[in-house]
Amino acid sequence: MSFKRSLLNTAVGIGFAAGLASVTAAETITIATVNNGDMIRMQGYTNQFTAETGIDVEWVTLEENVLRQRVTTDITTKGGQFDIMTIGMYETPIWGAQGWLVPLDDLSAEYDVADILPAMAGGLSYEGTLYAAPFYGESSMIMYRTDLMEAAGLEMPDAPTWEYIGQAARAMTDRDNEIYGICLRGKAGWGENMAFLTATSNAFGARWFDEEWNAQFDSEAWANTLNFYVDLLNEAGPPGASNNGFNENLSLFQQGKCGMWIDATVAASFVTNPNDSAVADKVGFALAPDNGLGPRSNWLWAWALAIPAGTNNEAEAKQFIEWATGKAYIELVAANEGWANVPPGARTSLYENPNYQAVPFAKMTLDSILSANPLNPTVDPVPYVGVQFAAIPEFSGIATEVGQEFSAALAGQQTVEAALAKAQAITTDAMEAAGY
Amino acid sequence: MARAISPQRKFLTTGAAWAVGLLIFFPILWTILTSFKTEAQAIASPPIFLNFDWTLENYAVVQERSNYVRFLMNSIIIAGGSTLLGVIIAVPAAWSMAFVPSKRTKDILLWMLSTKMLPAVGVLYPMYLIFIKLGLLDTRTGLVVVLMLINLPIIIWMLYTYFKEIPGEILEAARMDGANLRSEILYVLTPMAIPGIASTMLLNFILAWNEAFWTLNLTAAQAAPLTAFIASYSSPEGLFYAKLSAASTMAIAPILILGWFSQKQLVRGLTFGAVK
Repeated sequence: MSFKRSLLNTAVGIGFAAGLASVTAAETITIATVNNGDMIRMQGYTNQFTAETGIDVEWVTLEENVLRQRVTTDITTKGGQFDIMTIGMYETPIWGAQGWLVPLDDLSAEYDVADILPAMAGGLSYEGTLYAAPFYGESSMIMYRTDLMEAAGLEMPDAPTWEYIGQAARAMTDRDNEIYGICLRGKAGWGENMAFLTATSNAFGARWFDEEWNAQFDSEAWANTLNFYVDLLNEAGPPGASNNGFNENLSLFQQGKCGMWIDATVAASFVTNPNDSAVADKVGFALAPDNGLGPRSNWLWAWALAIPAGTNNEAEAKQFIEWATGKAYIELVAANEGWANVPPGARTSLYENPNYQAVPFAKMTLDSILSANPLNPTVDPVPYVGVQFAAIPEFSGIATEVGQEFSAALAGQQTVEAALAKAQAITTDAMEAAGY
Repeated sequence: MARAISPQRKFLTTGAAWAVGLLIFFPILWTILTSFKTEAQAIASPPIFLNFDWTLENYAVVQERSNYVRFLMNSIIIAGGSTLLGVIIAVPAAWSMAFVPSKRTKDILLWMLSTKMLPAVGVLYPMYLIFIKLGLLDTRTGLVVVLMLINLPIIIWMLYTYFKEIPGEILEAARMDGANLRSEILYVLTPMAIPGIASTMLLNFILAWNEAFWTLNLTAAQAAPLTAFIASYSSPEGLFYAKLSAASTMAIAPILILGWFSQKQLVRGLTFGAVK
């Protein structure tokens, strides 16, 4: 009897405990994100969110390309592994159009959706509905060495032309002392050299497609873009430029080997950080160059938080997004780590804040973001949305292949003409196969 | 009689072996050294080899940011589980093909190996959908099964080759001495096969430990092993090489230590047959 009784007691006890656990257990949301400085910082403050809301947060942090493959697999198969995904401006309109994301059209009044920078909100929407909330936004700009410019007897205008940048780069180059006038992306990839080259081509009046989706690499504007880029890097760039991406150029710049570097505005906080950068106090900023045709060569990007359709924790996910991309979070980071470390480029109110206006790269970042127009990125009209990409599913594959051809041209393995001819063929074939 | 080797020749071959060994080990050594540098020292040009201020800061940051023990436990369970399951299935398969071969044995072996030639990404979506249906996404059970399936052809091949080295006469002699099938397997074959099974298990454990495609694509927060731990420190926008190196060192340390202690077993199993 005692055995049966103790068995019964145990069973009742377990049942009671399980019931209790199910009542008191906090909701847990799983967030997939990238290993970028601002994201890592946010993870550090997650405890505050849990304390405020009782919602636990599980982080899945992955390298950018791994993350992209991982979340794409999950959302296309409705795997339901994540309650929030960190995605960019490229994926958001495509996934929004497919109905794969929860529309963020019912965020609270306190969140103040209207405060999101219009360029960011536009790039993260589909047909006027916001599908992802920007955590931080970025554009690209020129970072230059003030001391080297002075030594060359030059003064950087706030909004230089490509012609001026070419002259300045050649004037600053001193190969004997391993000083290279300009460092630019050369590593192949749609988010690597093609992000830079597509943005640059806008200033030269080039475009990926005409209004009938015909590839345009046989145009004079593309020939001018690629010839200028290859000549400039051959004459004033570091050796092996065709292997350099963001990190390689950041490393070169921080070691004082680049006169100029045109890349993501988020790099400004790295190159001005005296702990990592040998030239932290000698860096100036200017808008990305133009050619007098209207568009500048800067891009527009945002890392944003989106909720995959079908998640079981939609309400909790929205709560987190409001917390992480809201005004209070910016103040939380500013109070603990200073204004230079708050996530930039997402909210208008941040740039109206006098404390933030004192940050050296704040104004140039905002001006760069405001000067990019994803709906009308280049001189002639285009059928796609995006400054440094075309927001169609086929783009990443095509641009990666085209990027390999352009990288090979930079490495001297083929001529610019040959690279452009191959790019035209690759793009035409892929678009025809996709039914455009 | 063994051929005499001149001291010069011995010196040369030893030197060459050390050079090749160091060359192969250098990337691991460099990773370990980088993990003790600051981020600025990690990217210094020219590279700093040993002359830097050694710091444990990267390990402290990694420890604070990630739940290393959870990743480690997942790696141990997934690699260990898939190895055990693989051997349990592979031993009878290899045994039958080695000792009771049929006309099609060679074809079956080749067919099994051919499954290794398919690029993994080609079956990602079907596999993902199956995992969703079976509720296996982000579970250790799911990964144990997948990694077992991936490595099974290699395990069977290794064991088959190993068993083929065991002369049938030994088994015959055992039978003539009155051993039944059970005694024959337990007391004659198994003792001879143990080194082969052990080295196969060891190699399979290492392969499963290092597998980075399925472990990254089929896990999220719960079942992610050390490969995901490393991937979380890789960043295309930001120089975190020292922290990445610290994470990598922590991820490979257990398998390096295991390899170090079992290297004799591993080398013997891979280079010699059972009774050669």
